[in-house]
Amino acid sequence: MGIAEQAIAIDLAAAGTIFTRALPFVAFGGKRQMPRWLEELGDALPGAIFALLAIYRFKDVDFLAGTHGAPELLAAAAVVGLHLWKHSMLISVAGGTILYMIIVQCVFV
Amino acid sequence: MLKRYEGTGWMRPYLIFGMCDETFSILASKEPPEGVDRNWFMFWVTLLDHMYWVTGAALGGLAGDIVPFSTEGLSFAMTALFITILIDQVQKEHDHMPTIVGVVASIVALALFGADSFMLPALLMIVATLMLRQKRQERADVADSPKEQGDCVCDR
Repeated sequence: MGIAEQAIAIDLAAAGTIFTRALPFVAFGGKRQMPRWLEELGDALPGAIFALLAIYRFKDVDFLAGTHGAPELLAAAAVVGLHLWKHSMLISVAGGTILYMIIVQCVFV
Repeated sequence: MLKRYEGTGWMRPYLIFGMCDETFSILASKEPPEGVDRNWFMFWVTLLDHMYWVTGAALGGLAGDIVPFSTEGLSFAMTALFITILIDQVQKEHDHMPTIVGVVASIVALALFGADSFMLPALLMIVATLMLRQKRQERADVADSPKEQGDCVCDR
C-alpha cells in the first residue's frame, strides 16, 4: 500500500466508525424510545461478542499441523489461570504475553 | 450511554465522538465523586482517554521501529486482553446463554466459512439466535399471563 492508499483506508475506517457510532444516538436521541427487543438485544450481545472476539484471535491457529496451537493454548491457559488467581488485567495480559513471546522465540523456533 | 449523555448540552457531540472502550467502561461502572459535576466528569474522562490514545498511538508509530528486541508474539497481548474481558464477563453475568451462543456460533461459522470470512456470518447467527430466544421467552410470558389476570379478577 502506498501512502495515499493508507490514508484512504484510514479515512474509510474512520468514516465507518463515526457513522455507526452516531447512528444510535441520532436514531434514539430525541423523544423516541428504544424498542424493548433492541434494549434486550443490547443486554445480551456483550457476552456473545466477547466470546466471538476471543475466538477470532485463534482463527489463524492451525491445530492440525506445525505446533498444533500448543504455544497459543499454553499461553491462553496461563492467562486464564493468572486472571482467576489475581483478577488483575495487567498481570494476566503481561504474564500471558511474555510467556507466549518466550515460547515462540525460544522454544518453538 | 444514551441515557447518561442526556442533558449534556454542547458536550454531547464530543462525548459521542470521543468515547472509546476505556471511556465506556469507566462511565458505565463509575459514579463521579461527591461534589463533582457529572457532565464535566464524563467530559474529562473522555478527553483524557482520547489524549492517551493519541499519544500512545503516535509514540508507537514513531518509536516502533527502534525497539531493540524481537517483538514476535507481542500481538498475543490482544488475545490475552480478550480472554480476560471474557472471563470478567462470564463472572459478572447472571445469564450465561448469550456467551454460550457466542462461543458456539463463532466456532460453527469458523468451521463453515473459514478464517477470512466468518465474522459476519457469526454475528448474524448470534443476533438471530438471541432474537429467537427473546421471542420464545415473550411467548412463554404471554402463556403465563392469563392465569395471573385470572388471579387478579378473583382477588377483586
